[in-house]
Amino acid sequence: MSDVCIIGVGIHPFGRTDGVEGIDQGVFAVREALRDAGVEWPDIQFAYGSSDAAGNPDTMVERLGLTGVQFINVRNGCAAGGSALFSAQMAIKSGDFDLGIAVGFDKHPRGAFDAKPAEYGLPDWYGEAGYMVTTQFFAMKIMRYMELHGISRDSLGRVAEKAFRNGAHAPHAWRREPIDLETILQAPMISDPYSKYMFCSPAEGGVALILASERKARELGCKPIRLKAATMRTRPPGSFEVFAPSIDIERGGTATALASAAAFEAAGIGPDEIDIAQLQDTEAGAEIMHMAENGFCADGEQEAWLAEGATAIDGRLPVNTDGGCIACGEPIGASGLRQVYENVIQLRGDAGARQVPGDPKTAYSHVYGAPGVSAVTILER
Amino acid sequence: MRAIAEGLFTQDVPPRLIGGRNRHTGRIVFPCPENGDFEPHPLSSEGSLWSYTIQRFRPKSPPYEGPENFSPWALGYVALPGETIVEARLVNVAFEDLAIGMPLRFTLAALDDQAEQPRAIPAFEPVETAA
Repeated sequence: MSDVCIIGVGIHPFGRTDGVEGIDQGVFAVREALRDAGVEWPDIQFAYGSSDAAGNPDTMVERLGLTGVQFINVRNGCAAGGSALFSAQMAIKSGDFDLGIAVGFDKHPRGAFDAKPAEYGLPDWYGEAGYMVTTQFFAMKIMRYMELHGISRDSLGRVAEKAFRNGAHAPHAWRREPIDLETILQAPMISDPYSKYMFCSPAEGGVALILASERKARELGCKPIRLKAATMRTRPPGSFEVFAPSIDIERGGTATALASAAAFEAAGIGPDEIDIAQLQDTEAGAEIMHMAENGFCADGEQEAWLAEGATAIDGRLPVNTDGGCIACGEPIGASGLRQVYENVIQLRGDAGARQVPGDPKTAYSHVYGAPGVSAVTILER
Repeated sequence: MRAIAEGLFTQDVPPRLIGGRNRHTGRIVFPCPENGDFEPHPLSSEGSLWSYTIQRFRPKSPPYEGPENFSPWALGYVALPGETIVEARLVNVAFEDLAIGMPLRFTLAALDDQAEQPRAIPAFEPVETAA
């Protein structure tokens, strides 16, 4: 079967943009992506749009042009962007379409995500007792992982330090000041073992990707990036997810491991053949756990990898080259697409001061989040 | 002290947590879901600490109904052998003494001990080795 190609990318800077609606950040990204691909809005045959908290993506046709285009909205928790991209590549794979778009944007209020017990099928007392707090879950997950696999708190700090260092070189990042390890480790604690610099924050931003069939990409004369795999999976039994009054004694797998295995199988390559990885880093420990869950190393090896700088821009496997969620923030609808945007820029060799050396040819992206969903992509130049 | 909600604790002295046992699969969860697949199942009172953290800032109200005057508290998941792993407050223990694997015993804690009518939430405390 012919490959699905990414022929254009666009981004609205992440962070806080007062006075600009989420959907307008999405429109901005679409226009950038169209320009990048050298196509016009009326050429676009279909769109999948994701937003969790900033309105219906399809309403952006008012700004972009009432061409009658097929436009489908995707809401899928933290995998929304990945699901939009998955759907878009399926449309092209079906043979019915040659040119389409996946767009994601969001705009969340400041502070931690505001979750209500009833939305998660939980009793009111659970919230009254103070447990509707996502940071508790992240902290308890890494606390156990550190104990089982010998990961130190310094390693958590190193992940955050790298994120801010990389973010400083990414024009679309939110946090663009490097922060030294000592400051990160000594900062006020949010939920032990995490200090305030070890978490990402809800944010704003928009990303658009133009997808084309191989035939269309050739016709347009583009130098395409090939989408070798795009997968999305939900949780298996015995996984550990946010807002759980109890978890099973019999521990199980994860949505990430399922999505990752399916992606490697679809792409026909293994983790050791990946040159760059963008891994969900809602908090510093997530990046560490996801290195193993996605098959890049064994549980516990992250300690040595981080001490050696193996995941730095010039390391063996650069991870979160634009600073990830820690430096960019997490607008849910756009976050997974930002990772793919960054991978395209890296594979084109256009990443400037954060460019991964050695002419990278393959790039991996991974999203994970509530309610136990994960989406993975593998790109190849 | 009245319970924060009905159906969480048994009437025993001392009380026990009430989980739910799936009638078909035997899977045990907490709290007991209000549907026909689960029947109430009193949980064992002793277990070990599976993981923990310290809540360092006051959670948002609503929904949090703890004291206005916030001081950090410990919470964790406690593994009850052969049953389930429950989330609960950790009390009568210094933060620095918390350790994964430590033996714990079920107890009740006041969500807000300054309240006129304090409400009880599930909690665990260290098992005194000397006792």
